[in-house]
Amino acid sequence: MIDSSLRWVDDRLGVAKGGRTFLDKVFPDHWSFMLGEIALYSFVVLLGTGVFLSLYYIPSAHEIIYHGSYLPLRGQKVSEAYASTVGLSFDVKSGLLMRQAHHWAADIFLGSIAVHMARVFFTGAFRKPRELNWIVGVTMLILGIVNGFLGYSLPDDLVSGTGIRIAYSIIESIPLVGSYIAFFLFGGNYPGNGVIIPRFFILHVLIVPAIIVGLLAAHLGLLVKQKHTQFRGRGRTEHNVVGSPMFPTFMAKTTGFLFMTTAVIFLLAGFAQINPIWQFGQYQPYQISYAVQPDWYMGWLDGALRIMPSWEFVGFGHTWPLEVFLPAVLFPGIIFNIFIAWPFIEARHTKDLAYHNLLDRPRDRPKRTAAGAMMLALLFMVFCASSTDVLANFFQIELNYVLWFFRIVVVVVPILTYFVTYKICQEMRHAEGVGKRKRANVVVRTETGEYETYESEARPGDGHEEIEAVPVPTFIDMVPAELATGAGVRRVMR
Amino acid sequence: MTDEPTAGPSLAPVSLDDPHLQPYAKHPERVQVLAALSMIVGFLGFIGFGVAYWVSDQNQWLGATLGVGLLGLGAGVIAWGKYLMAQGPFVEERHDFHSTEAERSAMTAAIVERGGMVVQRRKVLGGLAALGAGTLGVVLAFPVIRSLGPKPGTTLFQTNWKKNSLLVTTEGRPVLASDLDTGGVLTVFPQGFEGSSPDQTILIRLAQLGPEDPPFPLSAPGRTDWGVQGYVAYSKMCTHLGCPVGLYQEQDQVLVCPCHQSIFNVLAGAVPEFGPAPRPLPQLPLKVDAAGYLRSQAGYDQPVGPGFWERP
Repeated sequence: MIDSSLRWVDDRLGVAKGGRTFLDKVFPDHWSFMLGEIALYSFVVLLGTGVFLSLYYIPSAHEIIYHGSYLPLRGQKVSEAYASTVGLSFDVKSGLLMRQAHHWAADIFLGSIAVHMARVFFTGAFRKPRELNWIVGVTMLILGIVNGFLGYSLPDDLVSGTGIRIAYSIIESIPLVGSYIAFFLFGGNYPGNGVIIPRFFILHVLIVPAIIVGLLAAHLGLLVKQKHTQFRGRGRTEHNVVGSPMFPTFMAKTTGFLFMTTAVIFLLAGFAQINPIWQFGQYQPYQISYAVQPDWYMGWLDGALRIMPSWEFVGFGHTWPLEVFLPAVLFPGIIFNIFIAWPFIEARHTKDLAYHNLLDRPRDRPKRTAAGAMMLALLFMVFCASSTDVLANFFQIELNYVLWFFRIVVVVVPILTYFVTYKICQEMRHAEGVGKRKRANVVVRTETGEYETYESEARPGDGHEEIEAVPVPTFIDMVPAELATGAGVRRVMR
Repeated sequence: MTDEPTAGPSLAPVSLDDPHLQPYAKHPERVQVLAALSMIVGFLGFIGFGVAYWVSDQNQWLGATLGVGLLGLGAGVIAWGKYLMAQGPFVEERHDFHSTEAERSAMTAAIVERGGMVVQRRKVLGGLAALGAGTLGVVLAFPVIRSLGPKPGTTLFQTNWKKNSLLVTTEGRPVLASDLDTGGVLTVFPQGFEGSSPDQTILIRLAQLGPEDPPFPLSAPGRTDWGVQGYVAYSKMCTHLGCPVGLYQEQDQVLVCPCHQSIFNVLAGAVPEFGPAPRPLPQLPLKVDAAGYLRSQAGYDQPVGPGFWERP
């Protein structure tokens, strides 16, 4: 069956040769290589649940009277967008599960991208020849953040509406063209002439995801073309890849991992409420609630806005809203440009133009590791700064002190982090066998009272890695010969 | 894929006892049982999801059954792959995927020479093609960008507050001078523009003064008569990012913006005392008409809301 179908396809497309190479493709094993898979699979969940939601969501700011099953809202004037989102949560069977899964998947998608990116950074996987794939990845991160914002703005609830208001003002703060961009995007002065929800909708469900899908294909295509990176180890060189084969081993593991990722998302969707818009109510531009916070991946921008002093500059006949432009436009712009340019910045600094397929241990590159830790510290500090009001309330401290605390730590902590990380890396480089799994030293007293020590057996994974790597064998070729002798047939490929 | 297949008929067959093909697990039978159990849990979970959908449609049940089902199936498949399938280690050679120097030069030469040949011989055609494509790019930008919305013009400088505008509530009810007690606040709009974002104004009664009393002493210079009978009104749009400045703290006589915690002193003309807001909230001058309704003496004397380039 398979043989004849393959022949049919191969006659027309010639897939057998390349296909066989693909099935034999070797995947190096390391737990950190699955971080990108989490991103991929949560994106799959996003597409699936997103299609479900789009069947019920109505992208319209048109005002109607709510008549659905959620009693506290009955008879209130709400937009169709809001009513349909509440409706798909309560009046569509399993709708709430899908909606919460979609939201959780988005948060996990961006979280796993961030962690995956950190892994790639700290192990130096972005170096030649993979600079392009690094840039593709950073672009997907930016698009993911943008699409997350667009997505959680769609329900037209009080919290997300406030977010849109803030986004409008941020666009307005751009010198020279800001008010034009804002007017064109929203169809007028805020809140515009009702076009923003349909526009956000089409951007969120079609345009941005289509670009992400394209980039994702490029990301994976480049990965296949350039092959995986791998850590140093027995038999591993710059010129080979050592690991388990695509088919069937990796395929089984990764399919299982798809199920597991999806499982976590749906368990969260079932038990952890997220974005209960029926509690926030319909957005009105003149209403607001206390402790308004965006989704986590926007927190760093919100924090930067909060701790920025009120440095509006008025001069040359114009207003320069620097207190908005610097933290919300220039700051992320600089951060993302550093991300994109990093492979080239580092190559210029190290004058290293060689191909790199073996990964670095972070401690072996103290400067890079320290720089990365510094960036993480900075982003984490501005992220924390987005909860100044909540912290002030919780700890009963005056808001002013909390604000100044963050203004100081945002500068001090990253610098300290740099030096501490650098020092730790230096120390670890000179310690033998740091990070390796140790074998136990067993001490035995013999009958004559002497003491002896010996190393315990290797742990399962460690021993396995000590086997010499061989090319993926053509299993089919050997079966007839082995079947004839009958030896070990039962142990084949269970 | 430019790589050659790594294995071919020329390779020596691998013995079935070869450790590369052996299960990773020390006790494959036990793992097999565990994987099977796990997959059965998965199967039951999915059945449970189907039942939950028809029977209860409770979010927790749906999530639990689907999640446990996926978890069980996933764990089983992973155990199968990780412990019972060939782990290798296998090796695959990397091949240089870049071209040789000669191939690169040939490519460059093809582009430069053929292109140069074509363009240099027909400079007019090249110019016209570029002109056409460039013009297309420019004119396409008209519908793509210009159709999106109106130009800002003077919109950002204006509100619908005019001389004698009647203050009304969100529901359109006119506001009487006797409506609020000391410490009372109300969001008001000019009549006919209820709910409008740029017009939103916060009305505060600072003191219970009568028509004959002197105006409430505001420390903002030149605005001594902008309040009336203890009322003052400020634009409710934060000058930082346009959030509604919705929190009035009577004790400190401040308005707080919940978005980024800018604090405005109500007694001093809503000057920002804390936080990132750069400018005071514009103040709306008030009066009381003959029938006792609150009206504006005039519109705002400056643009409301956050800063923008065209603002002088």
